[in-house]
Amino acid sequence: MRFNLDKAMAMHEAAIYVRARRSSILSSNLANSDTPNYKARDIDFQQVLRNAATMKSGGAMKATNAKHIQPGGYSASTAELLYRQPFQASIDGNTVDAQMEKAKFAQNSMQYQATLSFLTGKFKGLKSAITGE
Amino acid sequence: MSLLGAFNVSGSALSAQSIRLNTTASNLANAETVSSNRDATYRARHPVFSAAMNMFNDDSATVGVKVEGVVESQSELRMRYEPGHPLANEEGYIFLPNVNAIEEMANMISASRSYQYNVEAMNTTKQLMMATLQMGK
Repeated sequence: MRFNLDKAMAMHEAAIYVRARRSSILSSNLANSDTPNYKARDIDFQQVLRNAATMKSGGAMKATNAKHIQPGGYSASTAELLYRQPFQASIDGNTVDAQMEKAKFAQNSMQYQATLSFLTGKFKGLKSAITGE
Repeated sequence: MSLLGAFNVSGSALSAQSIRLNTTASNLANAETVSSNRDATYRARHPVFSAAMNMFNDDSATVGVKVEGVVESQSELRMRYEPGHPLANEEGYIFLPNVNAIEEMANMISASRSYQYNVEAMNTTKQLMMATLQMGK
């Protein structure tokens, strides 16, 4: 039986990447809470993870000629950045709700740590399988 | 790496907010700086923020804050009739800055809150990064 590290890590690897990216998007929102005309942004986690899954299962595009534009592999940076629907935009055109962004940031950090502990669990399982103790 | 981007973003926000606190401090400090003509009088200063796309890398997700410049308020200066003042002009008036102390205080509280939650965001990012470095141990 061939062992595949990618499969062993399952979706966690993709998930942690998306979580990290989301954390920088949310900190951008917090950083720009006083910038006129800044629009709060976010990504749809479900959608991004689904894309990652399709890419992994071989649903990705392939270039048939070296001179064609090469389709990049899956990367969270190609994930679609969406604009947040504001509850109440300020008069200077800024749509950041700092309280909501803070809550989302905290939530995302928890999810990041959860994914990290899943990964750690996987590593621990592998380690005990290898050492056989 | 995305988490490093978050560091830079929060850092740019901290520097922008501290510039805002600095202008507020100088406005409040000079609120009573009188002068004898319109041109020499201190005017309230305010920073202009803008979103800096691709400030740190080409990822469009990390948007820092840039201070475009500091502008002087063009609202009317205060004039006071005080003929005995050493800086009074020929008509007996002295000019006072157009600093609105209440506005400045509100601005200061807003800036310090923004500064605080950006520090918080930075700390959380640091914790996440430390946890990532410990992965598999």
